[in-house]
Amino acid sequence: MDWEAFRLSLVLAAWTVGLLLPLGLVLARWIAFHRFRGRGVLEALIMAPLVLPPTVLGFYLLSAMGANASLGKAWSAMFGHPLAFSFEGLVAASVLINLPFAVQPMQRAFEALPPDVREAAWVSGLSPWRTFWRIEAPLAWPGVLSAFALTFTHTLGEFGVVLMVGGSIPGETRTIALAIYDRVQAFDTHGAGLMSALLLAFSIGAIAIATAASGRVGRRHG
Amino acid sequence: MAEPGLSIRLHQSGPIPLNVAFTCAPGEVLGLVGPSGAGKTTALRAIAGLYRPRAGHIAVGDEVWFDSDARRFLPPHRRRVGLVFQEHALFPHLSALDNVATALLEIPRAERRDRAASLLARVHLEGLETRKPAQLSGGQRQRVAIARALAREPHVLLLDEPFSAVDRRTRVHLYEEIVALRQGLSIPMLLVTHDVDEVSRLADRLCVLDQGEARATGTPAEVLADPAARALLLGDPPA
Repeated sequence: MDWEAFRLSLVLAAWTVGLLLPLGLVLARWIAFHRFRGRGVLEALIMAPLVLPPTVLGFYLLSAMGANASLGKAWSAMFGHPLAFSFEGLVAASVLINLPFAVQPMQRAFEALPPDVREAAWVSGLSPWRTFWRIEAPLAWPGVLSAFALTFTHTLGEFGVVLMVGGSIPGETRTIALAIYDRVQAFDTHGAGLMSALLLAFSIGAIAIATAASGRVGRRHG
Repeated sequence: MAEPGLSIRLHQSGPIPLNVAFTCAPGEVLGLVGPSGAGKTTALRAIAGLYRPRAGHIAVGDEVWFDSDARRFLPPHRRRVGLVFQEHALFPHLSALDNVATALLEIPRAERRDRAASLLARVHLEGLETRKPAQLSGGQRQRVAIARALAREPHVLLLDEPFSAVDRRTRVHLYEEIVALRQGLSIPMLLVTHDVDEVSRLADRLCVLDQGEARATGTPAEVLADPAARALLLGDPPA
């Protein structure tokens, strides 16, 4: 059992959730409540990581983070080390590939709110900010919980992009999913089995939470 | 010196055509009637600030809520308006008491619950304070909605087909409720409906809208004596 890789995966998942949840919430709410030109394109871009091969995504990310790319150059100039094959690069990639897992459940939850309930809050004297905290957030929180669970577990299990962008450096970018692959390559079936069982348990737990939470959304509006 | 009560003037050719001007005095119930798509609900939403018309002017006494010439548009939460929605639009996660108390955030927390409870008592819902909307009947939900609309001490009360989602028996009870409530209210009240019987019972004056235009205004008896208005409201062929 590679506890170092497991710890790194947990830290990566925590960073991803911490950055992506607020960002995804703003994005999801904006898409749910506004009709604007290019909405379909924006939604397609957010969903792209679901259908693109991880190697394609990883290739583009690696190109953007490379020493010759402007993002890579700017990062190196600011922090003194390259973004590619670093933990920070891994976090950036993880935020991008998890966009659909964070945005989708929250967007659906906001879209499920009846429009007249928000309007009733406004005419009751609640500012948009107060309406968010008192009406929208309590009604949409199961969607936020689903987003949290899906993003967290998907980050733990991500393989292709993490390998491309991180390069499986022990203690720096080797996550549990990469460690399982390494163990299989080294014919250590026991270690690979243990870590796989741990990931499986996490994933099933997350799906159970997400399902229970979306059931709650349905009941509240039933 | 501004006119007391509500005065409204709206003009736009699209997307929803509107060309209406009317007033409603304090204590008066003005019925906005007309066929579907006449612009009744749009006019009501414009007063509440939920819809921004292209041009016009909306004022309540000295307060100007909308003035397209001066580019003034007060958002809904800054207009003292009570709105009862067609489908009650209660907050599903809050009890009846908290639904009303949510409209009382401006007053100190300690007074909020007492005031909400007394508003619920005013619409005869004592004992149901802790129930969630899903645990109330259609008529009870609409009563909570009325109590919530009155909570802010609105300067205008807007009722958007408030009885369409309840059965006939409940509707008659709610009519009585509204008649009793209006005795104590000296604010302009607008009732949008397509039910001529209902509006004749409750409104002092009617304004008949058709395709965004005000076609006739007057007491229910006057309006119903006008063959063109009758044709619009009841489908009778004009004489």
